[in-house]
Amino acid sequence: MPTLTERIAAGDRRALATLISRIEKNDPEARAILGSLHARTGRAMVVGVTGAPGTGKSTLVAALARTFRRGTAGHPPRTVGIIAVDPTSPFSGGAILGDRIRMRDLAGDEGVFIRSMASRGRLGGLSHATDSTVRALDAAGFETILIETVGVGQDEVDIARQAPTVIVVESPGTGDDIQALKAGILEIADILVVNKADMPGADSTFESLCAMLGLGGGEGGGWKTPLLKTAAITGEGVDALAEAVHRHRAHLRESGEGQRRERERAEADLRDRIRERLFERWRLSGTADLAEMARRIAARECSPEEAADELLK
Amino acid sequence: MTASTIRVLIAKPGLDGHDRGAKVIARALRDAGMEVIYTGLRQTPEMIADAALQEDVDVIGLSILSGAHGTLVPRVMLLLREKGLERVKVFVGGIIPDADIPDLKASGVAGVYGPGTPTAEVVNAIRGALGAPQPG
Repeated sequence: MPTLTERIAAGDRRALATLISRIEKNDPEARAILGSLHARTGRAMVVGVTGAPGTGKSTLVAALARTFRRGTAGHPPRTVGIIAVDPTSPFSGGAILGDRIRMRDLAGDEGVFIRSMASRGRLGGLSHATDSTVRALDAAGFETILIETVGVGQDEVDIARQAPTVIVVESPGTGDDIQALKAGILEIADILVVNKADMPGADSTFESLCAMLGLGGGEGGGWKTPLLKTAAITGEGVDALAEAVHRHRAHLRESGEGQRRERERAEADLRDRIRERLFERWRLSGTADLAEMARRIAARECSPEEAADELLK
Repeated sequence: MTASTIRVLIAKPGLDGHDRGAKVIARALRDAGMEVIYTGLRQTPEMIADAALQEDVDVIGLSILSGAHGTLVPRVMLLLREKGLERVKVFVGGIIPDADIPDLKASGVAGVYGPGTPTAEVVNAIRGALGAPQPG
C-alpha cells in the first residue's frame, strides 16, 4: 500500500483531498507529510485574487482557470488548482461555501482541482490552512494555483504574503475616489482589474483608478502595476489578464524580487511556527490554569502583565 | 470550527430549476456549525461525485424535485463507489413518493426527506449517521 506522500506525488486526487482535510484539522501527521513533500514544491505559479464582495472574483477565477488550461500565445496549457475561501460564521462556526457555483464549467476536467475552504475564524481573507494547501497542490503537480480570498475590505491583505502575484479586482459602483485613496488593498495589487467592464460606470471607475496609479510612482523592483478591464462573464480581457500574470512572474524571476518575496514569506512563516510550537511546549510543560488566570484578570485581582509574568516564571 | 467540522455538499442534480429547499437546508446546516459546499443548479451525477472527492465531504445532500430520482440517485451512488467514496453518507430531499423510498435506501441512501421536514430533524439525522454528538 503506497503512503499518502507517494500517492500525492503520483497525482492521486483522493489522497490530495484527504491531505487537505488533515491540514484543516491541524493533524500532526499532515505536518509530517507536508515536510516530506517540501522538496517537490516551489514549481507552481501562485496567484492571489482578492477584492470586495460582489466584484466577480469567482467568475474571474473560473475564466482565468479556463484561459490557463487552454494556453495563450507563447504559453502552453497549464493544470490549475483553485483554493476558494469563504467566511466562517462567527456565531455557529458553520459556513456556506458557494464559489463552485461560478466554476461549474470547469467540472470534469482532470487538470483542474477545486477546493472550497472556510476561513475558520482567521481574519485577513484566508484560512490557517491556505498556505499548507498551496504547498499540497504544488507538490501534487498543479502548475498554476489560484487563491480566491474572502470578499475583503481595506485591511485584509494576508494574500500579499501568500501569493507572489496578487490581482486586486474592482468593479463599477463599489466606491468613490476616496475609497481608492485609502491605504491597504490597492497597495498590494501587482495587477489591478476593473471587472464587469460591460456594466455602466466601468469607464469612470477605470479612469479614477488610472489616475491613482499614475500618482503612485514605481513600485517594488521597477514593476508598474498594470490596470486592465475584464468582463469575466463573457471572457473579454481575460487573455490579457493571463498575459499580465505571466509577465509579472517573469519580472519576479528576472529582478530577483521573487526570491526576495519567497525568503520574506519563509521567514514570516517560520516566526509563526516557532510562536505556535513554543506555546504548545509551554502548555504541555506545566499545569498552568489559563482559565483561572483569565478569571482573576477579569475580576481585577491581577493585571494581564502580572499574569503573563507569573505564568512564564 | 473544531477538529471535527462536518463538511456537506448540497447539490441539485437534473433539470428542475427550483433551489429554495436546497438553500433553506444549506442555511440550516450552516447554523448547526457545518461547512456547506453549495454547488448550484443542474449538476450531473459526474459533477457531484467529482466535487465530493475534491472537497472530501462527509455528507452529500441531493435535492430532487423533477421525479428523476430513480435514475439520478443510483448513478450518484455508483460513481461514489467507483471513486472509493463509500463512506460518504447520502441524503435525498425533495418530492419523492413513499413507494420509491425503499429502492433509494436499498441503493445506499442514508435518509429521504420530503417537504415540510423540520430542518432540525435533518441536522440530527446527519449527526447520527456520522456518529457525531447530538447537542441538547
